[in-house]
Amino acid sequence: MNAPVKQHLIDPEICIRCYTCEMTCPLNAIEHDDNNVVVNADICNFCMDCIPVCPTGSIDEWRVVETPYTLEQQYEFEELPEQEDIEAAPASADQSAADPVAALLAEAHAGAGGKAKAPVSSAKPTVNMYTLGKPATMKVQGNYRLTDDPDHDVRHIILDPGGVPFPVLEGQSVGIIPPGTDEDGKAHLPRLYSVSSPRDGERPGYHNISLTVKREDKGLASNYLCDLKQGEDVQVTGPFGATFLLPSKPDAHLLLICTGTGSAPMRAFTMQRQRSGATGGMTMFFGARTPESLPYFGPLKKVPEAILKQHLVFSRVPDQAKEYVQDRMIAQEDAIADMLQDDRTHIYICGLRGMEEGVEKALTSIAESVGIQWINQRDVMREDGRYHVETY
Amino acid sequence: MLDLINVSYDTQIPNNVGLSEDKKVLKALEKWHPGYINWWNDLIPQNFQDSMVYLRTAVSVDPKGWAKFDYVKMPEYRWGVLLAPAVEDRKIPMGEHKGETAWQEVPGEYRNMLKRLIVIQGDTEPGSVEQQKFLGLTAPSLYDMRNLFQVNVEEGRHLWAMVYLLQKYFGRDGREEANELLVRSSGSEDAPRMLGAFNEETPDWLSFFMFTYFTDRDGKMQLESLAQSGFDPLSRTCRFMLTEEAHHMFVGETGVGRTIQATLEAMNANGITDPYDVGKIRDLGVIDLPTIQKKLNLHYTLSLDLFGQEVSTNAANAFNAGIKGRYMEQRIDDDHQLQNDTYPVTSIVDGQIKTEDVPALTAINMRLRDDYVRDAAGGVGRWNKLIAKSGIEFELKLPHEGFHRQIGVFSTVAVDPDGAIMSSEEWMKRQDEWLPTKADGDFIQSLMVPCYEAGKYASWIAPPKVGIDNKPGDFEYVKLHMA
Repeated sequence: MNAPVKQHLIDPEICIRCYTCEMTCPLNAIEHDDNNVVVNADICNFCMDCIPVCPTGSIDEWRVVETPYTLEQQYEFEELPEQEDIEAAPASADQSAADPVAALLAEAHAGAGGKAKAPVSSAKPTVNMYTLGKPATMKVQGNYRLTDDPDHDVRHIILDPGGVPFPVLEGQSVGIIPPGTDEDGKAHLPRLYSVSSPRDGERPGYHNISLTVKREDKGLASNYLCDLKQGEDVQVTGPFGATFLLPSKPDAHLLLICTGTGSAPMRAFTMQRQRSGATGGMTMFFGARTPESLPYFGPLKKVPEAILKQHLVFSRVPDQAKEYVQDRMIAQEDAIADMLQDDRTHIYICGLRGMEEGVEKALTSIAESVGIQWINQRDVMREDGRYHVETY
Repeated sequence: MLDLINVSYDTQIPNNVGLSEDKKVLKALEKWHPGYINWWNDLIPQNFQDSMVYLRTAVSVDPKGWAKFDYVKMPEYRWGVLLAPAVEDRKIPMGEHKGETAWQEVPGEYRNMLKRLIVIQGDTEPGSVEQQKFLGLTAPSLYDMRNLFQVNVEEGRHLWAMVYLLQKYFGRDGREEANELLVRSSGSEDAPRMLGAFNEETPDWLSFFMFTYFTDRDGKMQLESLAQSGFDPLSRTCRFMLTEEAHHMFVGETGVGRTIQATLEAMNANGITDPYDVGKIRDLGVIDLPTIQKKLNLHYTLSLDLFGQEVSTNAANAFNAGIKGRYMEQRIDDDHQLQNDTYPVTSIVDGQIKTEDVPALTAINMRLRDDYVRDAAGGVGRWNKLIAKSGIEFELKLPHEGFHRQIGVFSTVAVDPDGAIMSSEEWMKRQDEWLPTKADGDFIQSLMVPCYEAGKYASWIAPPKVGIDNKPGDFEYVKLHMA
């Protein structure tokens, strides 16, 4: 089997055959016949000169493929082929060893109880565009402390890919390569982080990305990231992940359940839904030790309830009983039961692995209260691309 | 050192030609500038001039920098003088000077020929803006309004580009011609625009889309052949204009496509399968396909006339002189001098349409028109794919190139859309079957109601598949100024 490669393609249903890209390409990698305009995968070096000159947006298409589409195949395209879900390829022991990212993601998604599926209407993700051998270099635009708790140093880090395309969807992850080598003198493998910014960028149109990183005691990558200064370069791989994604339907309702830095994808979801003017609303259960250690506590308070109904739950507030997300979910039993019976509902769970059991129990009990067997309901929703778990 | 890639804003006129160090030309352009601004301000209704429009502006002419999007009021758009980067040691690609170093100054013997070509090209640019000046009032969406204004400001910039060449290289004559470009006016009795198609009205949005598809495509072909010019400043100017022209092609092709799409969807939603059931289809607030065919017939044939006489010594001279090449000259596999080649040209012999081989040098116009027809046919094929996908049986066709022609060999005969020659009386009697009638125009006009709510579209047109600059569906492309 060949190692997957990134291929540049042109969408024949959007392209108007003006050939501006062909005339712009410095390598003559683009050509056309009477039917289509195509890109020669043997020549294209992703210089991106053709991207801004395209009047239609049809040029900005990428697929990760095991064997690139030939020119002949591209000339026959009536529409673009879909991105094959390379991440979800059967993870045999060998392949996991060969592709540690796929293995990590498969493990993170295991809590969904079966093979994860993307929402039917989600945008098509680009995956594995940058690899350990050929990472993207991004510049640190900012590094801000989010929490006011000495034991919980959580950072909001903004990275700018510059002119390099890095098409990432909310819910996808990127790999960060810590500099230096391990004991055997080998380069460190990338560590995965969920992006916490929406698809068109932390700042709309700028396509910069943000990460939410908690400093872990002796954590190699997290300490590296949390100590980054503005202007420094970071080596990034990815994007990764083709299932933990947003539905595009504006009337979908999102039930977001998270703890700690599991809030990263939830922040991206919330911003994207706000920017796209989605109407279906969102409900969030967000657990932390205290308000001071809850990332984005301030910004969250500014999101109107009509867009995001918030349940911020704290387990270590002095003189208060400990409350975990599952406790609050049980308290909101009726509302959640309604959601479980509505096929517009999409559930996302993200945080430390330890949260899974409690949340699962709460959902089981809530489902039972309306006569539904949770395991069955979960499998239906997962098959439908409406139940997503990512824990670590 | 002079930075010839990034746009300089150190004069009133953004440019990458070192204007601030070229005092004479700068002064001439600054003198011309107020007249241009007046022309613009008098043209387009005031509330649109005061609106914030999400436009694309070049901050440099290399591929990475020329498409920056932001909100701007149209009168504050940075019109300027932008030339594509010079190709080092460029050679004249065709004609008797082929292989010689490209000219950086106007060669004396070709001065008049060059000036005429530049003036004709320049005259079309403001002409189309004049034709389209009221369309904002009936925009079917903010998205379409933004596209219209983008086309308008870029046509305005193309005028600037031509005026720069006139002012810089043609002395007093050039200055006079530059002023005349602001005096002539589309449809004017006294001083009309130079080419017929630019004096026709653009009364509605379907006409606008057809115009940008068919007539701007002629502009594209002309720019392509001028981009081959041995006069390097003209070549560089046209190469940069072509990247902008592609947007106009896009507006035309997707505009007509979306009009067709809305019709197909309305027909299917109401169980109408017969495309000729015109009354019922029109009742749905969409434009029936036969009427779209008629509009196509009209705009296509008006555009064919822009290519001039099939056999032309002017065109031969311009090619031979190395002033104007052919479409994609570098990709044509011949000697690029055409001294001994022939090219097939249509002619009328004894009332019959014939093809005869003539010296290729004299058939430059015909060849460009053939390239145009091929280019124009592509989009029609893609529209037909939309129709086929919907299951409705109908096919749009480019009419025979002899149909409805005022210029060239076909101007003396009456030809139907299938290419049959007939008597003028017969043709006149049947022309309502082929060309839009006043009633057709009135019906289309009745649909032209503005739709200014972000993300909403008038009944007769479908939303686009992809937003400009990848923006979401309900993006507010124009923040309308409310007086």
